[in-house]
Amino acid sequence: MDKLVAQYTRAPHQNEFYSEQEQRELTESLPPLSLKFSLPPVDNSRAFLRAMTDDHSNPSCPIKLAHGTTTLAFRFQGGIIVATDSRATAGNWIASQTVKKVIPVSRLSRGEDKPTNEPTPGLLGTMAGGAADCQYWLRYLSQQCTLHEIRHKRRITVAAASKILANLTYAYKGMGLSMGTMLAGMTPQEGPALYYIDSDGTRLAGNLFCVGSGQTFAYGVLDANYRYDLTEEEALELGRRSILAAMHRDAYSGGFINLYHVKEEGWVHHGFNDMNPIFWKTKLEKGEFSNVTSEL
Amino acid sequence: MATLLSQPHGEAIGYSFTQPTSVPNKEHSFYPYTDNGGSTLGITGSNFAILAGDTRSVAGYNINSRYVPKVFKIGGDDETGEGAHILLSVVGFAADGQALKERLDAVVKMYKYQHGKSMSVGACAQRLSTILYQKRFFPYYVHAILAGLDEDGRGALYSYDPVGSYEREQCRAAGSAASLIMPFLDNQVNFKNQYIPGSGEGHALEPKRADPLSRETVEELVRDAFTSAVERHIEVGDGLQMMVITSGGIEEIYYPLKKD
Repeated sequence: MDKLVAQYTRAPHQNEFYSEQEQRELTESLPPLSLKFSLPPVDNSRAFLRAMTDDHSNPSCPIKLAHGTTTLAFRFQGGIIVATDSRATAGNWIASQTVKKVIPVSRLSRGEDKPTNEPTPGLLGTMAGGAADCQYWLRYLSQQCTLHEIRHKRRITVAAASKILANLTYAYKGMGLSMGTMLAGMTPQEGPALYYIDSDGTRLAGNLFCVGSGQTFAYGVLDANYRYDLTEEEALELGRRSILAAMHRDAYSGGFINLYHVKEEGWVHHGFNDMNPIFWKTKLEKGEFSNVTSEL
Repeated sequence: MATLLSQPHGEAIGYSFTQPTSVPNKEHSFYPYTDNGGSTLGITGSNFAILAGDTRSVAGYNINSRYVPKVFKIGGDDETGEGAHILLSVVGFAADGQALKERLDAVVKMYKYQHGKSMSVGACAQRLSTILYQKRFFPYYVHAILAGLDEDGRGALYSYDPVGSYEREQCRAAGSAASLIMPFLDNQVNFKNQYIPGSGEGHALEPKRADPLSRETVEELVRDAFTSAVERHIEVGDGLQMMVITSGGIEEIYYPLKKD
């Protein structure tokens, strides 16, 4: 009854400007990472969103979101290797070849704040699926991790951080989020820890994961050559080679190879390198990819 | 979510990037978007950034106006945009674009009143991302590009998808002619597939390094990109609106394009 009264006692013109609540939000300088989202004025907002943005079920959808990826991470005796490609696609269009799909989590120690060659403490997250979903929610996770750090005077464990994200994706289950992310980090309590979290609400701990449209190709190379007692050099090369295989066979992956190594003291960046020279080097010097001819 | 983690099997790879103009699936009666066409383009240099867009507005095959700007000044002191230090371009659905621009403008102004200093481009870029993501489940039908000067005075350009994923880049084209303009920019701004002559044979050829371009060169590239897009895309034409942001302020340049 109250709802009915409220609906009809409000003058229609009041809907035409930002509501008081919205005006207050505009003027407040609080971090805008709120959990409030505007919804379309229809009964089934999920169907609406799918009709507008899901180019898998509807190739002529009007809003094309950035998608597609190969990402991998694996644990070995020297820590964790994280490697990704850098391509973003919207339908058949390559929207970008320079996406940074490894995102540092934990704001107190973000890479861009102090660019050094020293290991940077904190977690790493990877990005597969909807680019905006991953960027936004990993930033939200950064915020939560930073708050944890301030409240408890110690860094958050990877287990706890991954659970924050998994609870979040589980709460939004079925709303149309699309993300497959890995969290990698090393804490005194856990040692090297690696978790896989996706938009279904799945959360898995493991030694080795590949995520994205090129995951099968990466698994093929990674599974064949993976050992826990890999040296640092071997592990970096295996990460690079697995991504290269996926870029070669998966049309939705490509661009640059982004490599990270998570160590006890923090993570180290091992370059953002164009795949083309690496491909030809691998072929001509090591004799791999012999199905590709170098001359006509 | 299986669709995400595996390849989209059902989708046939087409030969062009053109999209069907028909309204998708008739059973969806709620269709709140119109594609108003047009294209935008941004390029940065060492001490400036240029944001440009054509001024045609279309709905289907009708040209409704020959002067609807797509590039806006953000955070100006009055309605002329005087004193602004950030530029925003939006292409897609003009009404959503207008709403987005007004929202960001309000945020940047409020920031200035509350903090007594103007918002940095980096902060504004992050804020725009969250504004777009607030409508994750009812997206703004826009491709936005934000331009300004960073803390070191270098040109800064950020490009966005409709729900707020963003990246800092040297150059970006958006809108209906993006697939025509972007490859040209890759070649002329980032020197993709250009090699230093005589530096080697075959795979030993050394790629040409991409150094920041001069303002004259960039302005010429922008004009060439648009005059070429006008020749091959029906939704682009009428006028080219260019905004150049330097430490001296924002300069607006209008250049007529073909009106057919």
